[in-house]
Amino acid sequence: MKNGNVLQVEDLYLYFATKRGVVQAVDGVNLALPRSSAMVILGESGCGKSSLARAILRLLPRNVHTYAGRILLDGQDVMALDEDSFRENVRWVRVSMVPQAAMNALNPVIRVGDQVAEPAIVHLGVTKEEAWEMARRMFRYVGVPEGFLNRYPFELSGGMRQRVAIAMALVTSPSLIILDEPTSALDVLTQANIMNTLKRIKQETGTSYILITHDIATSSDLAEHVAVMYAGQIVEVSNAAAFFSEPLHPYSQKLMASVPRLHGDKELEFIPGRPPSLLNPPTGCRFASRCPLRFGKCDQDPPTFRLGERLVKCWLFEADAELAYPDTTSAHPSEQRR
Amino acid sequence: MTLTAPVDTKATSTTVLLSVRNLRVWFELRKFGLGVAGYVRAVDGVSFDLYEGEAIAVVGESGCGKSSLMRTILGLHRPREGQIIFDGRDISRFTRDELRWYRTRVGYVQQDPYGALPPFMTVRGILEEPLVVAGVKDKQERLERIRQVMREVKMTPVDDFLSKFPHQLSGGQQQRIVIARAILLEPRLLVADEPVSMLDASVRVEILTLLRQLQEQHNLSVIYITHDLSTVRYFSERIFVMYAGQIIEKGPVNEILENPKHPYTWALLAATPEPDPQNVHKFREVPPGEPPSLITPPSGCRFHPRCAKIIHGTCERQVPPGFEVSPEHIVQCWLYEE
Repeated sequence: MKNGNVLQVEDLYLYFATKRGVVQAVDGVNLALPRSSAMVILGESGCGKSSLARAILRLLPRNVHTYAGRILLDGQDVMALDEDSFRENVRWVRVSMVPQAAMNALNPVIRVGDQVAEPAIVHLGVTKEEAWEMARRMFRYVGVPEGFLNRYPFELSGGMRQRVAIAMALVTSPSLIILDEPTSALDVLTQANIMNTLKRIKQETGTSYILITHDIATSSDLAEHVAVMYAGQIVEVSNAAAFFSEPLHPYSQKLMASVPRLHGDKELEFIPGRPPSLLNPPTGCRFASRCPLRFGKCDQDPPTFRLGERLVKCWLFEADAELAYPDTTSAHPSEQRR
Repeated sequence: MTLTAPVDTKATSTTVLLSVRNLRVWFELRKFGLGVAGYVRAVDGVSFDLYEGEAIAVVGESGCGKSSLMRTILGLHRPREGQIIFDGRDISRFTRDELRWYRTRVGYVQQDPYGALPPFMTVRGILEEPLVVAGVKDKQERLERIRQVMREVKMTPVDDFLSKFPHQLSGGQQQRIVIARAILLEPRLLVADEPVSMLDASVRVEILTLLRQLQEQHNLSVIYITHDLSTVRYFSERIFVMYAGQIIEKGPVNEILENPKHPYTWALLAATPEPDPQNVHKFREVPPGEPPSLITPPSGCRFHPRCAKIIHGTCERQVPPGFEVSPEHIVQCWLYEE
């Protein structure tokens, strides 16, 4: 039993079938999130971070090729549940999500109060009056005036709409909220406001967060743990303090070097080249072609090494680390199935 | 490839390229077509000089009027009052032909590269159109110029990209095409509206590096519009902070970042995140409230309702003039009245 973890993801695979072949969006992801904590998943566009979020919530499109692995919520394997019980007992009850660009996804012809109350009616089975009472409480919580319950989305500013989207995710009091780029379309003051709100909610309710973003600087506001994703795989997992001061994986180091700073005279760097296609990823380390520290061994897929509390998927650490998942077979899920 | 900050304030020439004098851009609010019910004062009394080869940054929240200012400079809005003098001539008096000439002198880099490129045109078509409009009759000459610009924005090998459609390009490549289109007619001034806000961290640095190289090679003047103060110092020599239609503080980049004077600039800087693991443990300071309505802006200093340093009796009543706190560092705030 993994008692301490609100979420444990083991060997998660999510592949999509497309006309041009199989896209390996999530490729053998392992993650553990302790209760009442926040993890940020960093990565470039197209690295599979949003697919990972959808895989956890089982919000899948039709062209799924492979969906395998284990997802444990509070120790219970929810992958084993059928669709009906997953919807009744897990989605939005125990895990909810603020999807990307949520503030623009509100229904324009329904009052925001109704939109926030709806998940409570659907998933908790409360009456409309109770649900509105809950919505009112959530509005207070996220810092939207209660009078706005009766407004339509177009009558709210971007920041306010984003708060409404967060209220929708909170109204059922889930133990985990997945936030997909919650502040990327907002300007700095609104961004800081939303981050403050999320922090306060976490302190007061003990909700756990998974924050998916490419914005490293903003993520440091919320993150206690950092996972770096590259081309469908997790390449580093670390606590935030260690990660921000000394990232291990060469990709993480490059990412950190690309963050603009307000002070100091550090040079900004970018990573030449582009991430590999997930249609046909390279067999060895997927970052090898862009890596300045590449050496002979990088043609082989590196296993994940454990350095104290930190995990890193890079051959550079072979000498002074142990294997993180020694018993994991590297067999492909599609091969396992056949 | 690296990008160093701060931009050395090399002896930029003292020739003024663009001079904005007491500019007001008001939009009429009509009521049932019966007449003017009021005005949205998007830009309300802005003056500055832009020298040849100089890059300036206009910083502010959404709705502060920075985009209206930019669009007026591009000749898309007519000012209600004031002048924009480009190369000694007032653009608001331009005839159609003169305006056409002016638009070959000014390039525009949009925020959302995908939205800025017509989806049904190939890269070649997109880049050829401005040349046709500008009257380059010879097809071979047009193609030669397109190739040259594509090499300048590092879209090589050129032939691989010419027949591609925008959706076949990555975000960074799309932005390179937008930049290529902006510099195609060899403009003197480049207006870049949040050119990197939609891009990943590493690609962001790539594009900023490219813009800076182009600026130096062609001695371009650049107006860089953004809400993100952290990228500014890698690109500009002066910062103009805009609030509610007015420039409330301006000065050299380092002076503004290291020695900000206006309470609003403090707020912007305090809200700008840096990847520091200590961020998790504290809340960001954000001024209360939202930016004011531009229809009925607050009396006196427009920031006074949100300002923590308000001097009661003065700030609500009188509009602060510009005080020069150090050479070229001008702040409109009563705190600095000697």
